[in-house]
Amino acid sequence: MTSLDPIQVFRTEAAELFEQIETGLLDLLNDLSDQATIDAVFRGLHTLKGSGSMFGFEALAAFTHHCETAFDRVRKGQVPATAELVAAVLDAQDHMKALVSTPNGDHEEASNRLLAALQAAAGEPSAHATVVAAPLPKAVAAEPSKTGGKGFRITFRLPVNAMANGTNPLGLLDELQELGSCTVKADLSTVPTLDALEPTDLHIGWTLDLITDKGRDAIDDVFIFVMDDMELTVTELAPPAPAAAQEASAAAAPAPVAEVAAKADAPKAQAADAKHGAKQAENVRVPAERLDELMDRVGELVIAQSRLSQLAGSSADIHLRAVSEDVERLSGELRDTMMVLRMVPVGSLFGRFRRLVHDLARETGKVIELETEGETTEVDKTVIERLADPLVHLVRNSVDHGLEPPDERVASGKEKTGRVILSARQSGGEVIITIKDDGRGVNRERVRAKAEASGLIQPGQMLTDQELLQLIFQPGFSTAAQVTNLSGRGVGMDVVKKTVEALRGIIDIRSEPGRGSEISLRIPLTLAIIDGLLVRVGSGSYVIPLSAVEECLELSLEDDLRSRGRSFISLRDNLVPFLRLRELFETGTPPDRYQKMVVISTGDERVGLVVDQIIGDHQTVIKSMSKLHHDVVTFSGATILGDGNVALILDVTHLVAVGQQQEAHLRAAG
Amino acid sequence: MSAHILTVDDSASIRMTTKIALTGAGYQVTEAVDGLDGLNKAKAGQFDLIVTDLNMPNMNGLSMIEALRKSAAHMGVPIIFLTTESDADMKSRAKAAGATGWITKPFDAEQLVKIAKKVLGK
Repeated sequence: MTSLDPIQVFRTEAAELFEQIETGLLDLLNDLSDQATIDAVFRGLHTLKGSGSMFGFEALAAFTHHCETAFDRVRKGQVPATAELVAAVLDAQDHMKALVSTPNGDHEEASNRLLAALQAAAGEPSAHATVVAAPLPKAVAAEPSKTGGKGFRITFRLPVNAMANGTNPLGLLDELQELGSCTVKADLSTVPTLDALEPTDLHIGWTLDLITDKGRDAIDDVFIFVMDDMELTVTELAPPAPAAAQEASAAAAPAPVAEVAAKADAPKAQAADAKHGAKQAENVRVPAERLDELMDRVGELVIAQSRLSQLAGSSADIHLRAVSEDVERLSGELRDTMMVLRMVPVGSLFGRFRRLVHDLARETGKVIELETEGETTEVDKTVIERLADPLVHLVRNSVDHGLEPPDERVASGKEKTGRVILSARQSGGEVIITIKDDGRGVNRERVRAKAEASGLIQPGQMLTDQELLQLIFQPGFSTAAQVTNLSGRGVGMDVVKKTVEALRGIIDIRSEPGRGSEISLRIPLTLAIIDGLLVRVGSGSYVIPLSAVEECLELSLEDDLRSRGRSFISLRDNLVPFLRLRELFETGTPPDRYQKMVVISTGDERVGLVVDQIIGDHQTVIKSMSKLHHDVVTFSGATILGDGNVALILDVTHLVAVGQQQEAHLRAAG
Repeated sequence: MSAHILTVDDSASIRMTTKIALTGAGYQVTEAVDGLDGLNKAKAGQFDLIVTDLNMPNMNGLSMIEALRKSAAHMGVPIIFLTTESDADMKSRAKAAGATGWITKPFDAEQLVKIAKKVLGK
């Protein structure tokens, strides 16, 4: 589903422009004299204004115009770029976003306030500090004067290069003829002799007598593009026309406002253009849905191919087998390529945090430096989108709770500037994203006190350091200090953990008192394909994500009988709860003689799943469940098997939670 | 055969609007995303009219127009540029570079088609 609505396209484009402008502004904070960046910001504002006015975002266009003007002055070296100006434009940009999202809202007061700030920062006289959301003047649309039929004698001569520059004089004559009836005489007196004649040059002049009911404006309109460079005399043959007409056309000339890159900076600017441009030119923008469609087709192809392989395998036809092997190889490669297509650099996500940290620093009065590493690491697009909010929360947490105010840092012998490091790297089939700060670290005493107060642990309960730290991911955990303006909004740490786990990822925290904390997220590179363990329960096939599988055991009849009523198995001196999937899914079939148990885990917690048969490993193209099955929690998706049957994919997080509840329930019951 | 128009703009929304307007009027439209792309496409194909933005990354409209006018094959091809009401200086520079005419943003489909018809002739 591609949007064909230009306004929607404009909104998408505006979002990209905002990102470009913001990146530029933040870069400027590092180097206020960087001409290439100034140009990039200016260009972004300019395009925003131009496109905005095209699609009826007049308030946006009018408002952006002022920011553009400010940057134009910077660009020409008339005023220096200052941190205040950059901050003012950053603030103004948020307002522009509002103007894009709700163009009809009441923005006037905010507009005026921001413009006043902007103009103060840009050192402009405040006389301009009002913006009216008036539509920009439309292109000249001259109303022909209604003075009835008149005669004009028009004598004109176009510039010599007019034809080379695309003006067709015959077209002009045609247009004049459409205005009324006319007679045309050509003046060939200045045409050079053949040896001196340049075929693209124009040497002919014309004289026309035109009888028309249109006014002088209509004639000027014909010559609108060449008016400034040509010889044109228009005299009225009939009674004199009102002299006002000529003045009117002079007044319609646009007000001169210079908008030209300073020449001295041109080479540098162009080099930067080439750099930015090269990046852009390498990319083709494709709607994500199309990629998903393609992914589906590839998935189906892989399935069809595995059926072909089965057929070919049981056939004696050597040629069929050869073709089948080729198709197998090709579809495997196609699937791998497809995976790469969905990958986007994590840098696009990190970019947002520069702004966040900038704002946080202003709000908290802390001095913060954000470092990012591994921006080029690529992750599935969906993963990036879903990680955005959790990461925002984690960064906020680091700044709010982790980093100390400057004086406190200095007092404890640290540098005044607190550092937050965002990094990403790939490790096998996973990407590891870490948020690290050099702040005060997690306050264990406070965590313990809070956990005891909210009943998460028993008073005085013995916990390892890691167990204690993990408490902050528990639902319902929040220290009193946590409800500040910053961290208090948005999601809690338990939601962060849930989101990461929903992406089949793992969240981990390490913290050293006085030295800082590090939270790492391990996320699978792609959501679209998993390695799974194919099992049979009753007559149905199910897939368990292989990454969650710890081991497979045989559940002996004795163990099975012994644990009736209390489903636990002793595994190397640990009690592991287990679920009988046959009962959970109510298959209504008798158990196999030799049942198997697959032990799965989500990091710390384990649960056994009793199945009838383990079929083997299976690389799975995940299909999401339909909307009708939105509420199903036991399964995270479905896949199609080589024989065309459907297998459901078990949701490990959910099943482990169910198993752990059962354990807690039984423990409570004694 | 309908006239073939090359539109050059880095703004996808403007490209879309221009395309809708021009194809709606029966013209054939090819799009380019910046000056360099426009130059390459203009050189690779046969166009009856080029409509270009001026302020673009990679190669601006001015340089593209200059480069096109230097090639004999593109002498005489009408080139219309998009400008804003405040760009008088830019306008004269674009004309000096060899542009045929201009259209002022914001414009509507009708204005664009009218200008296309004007420079393309009958």
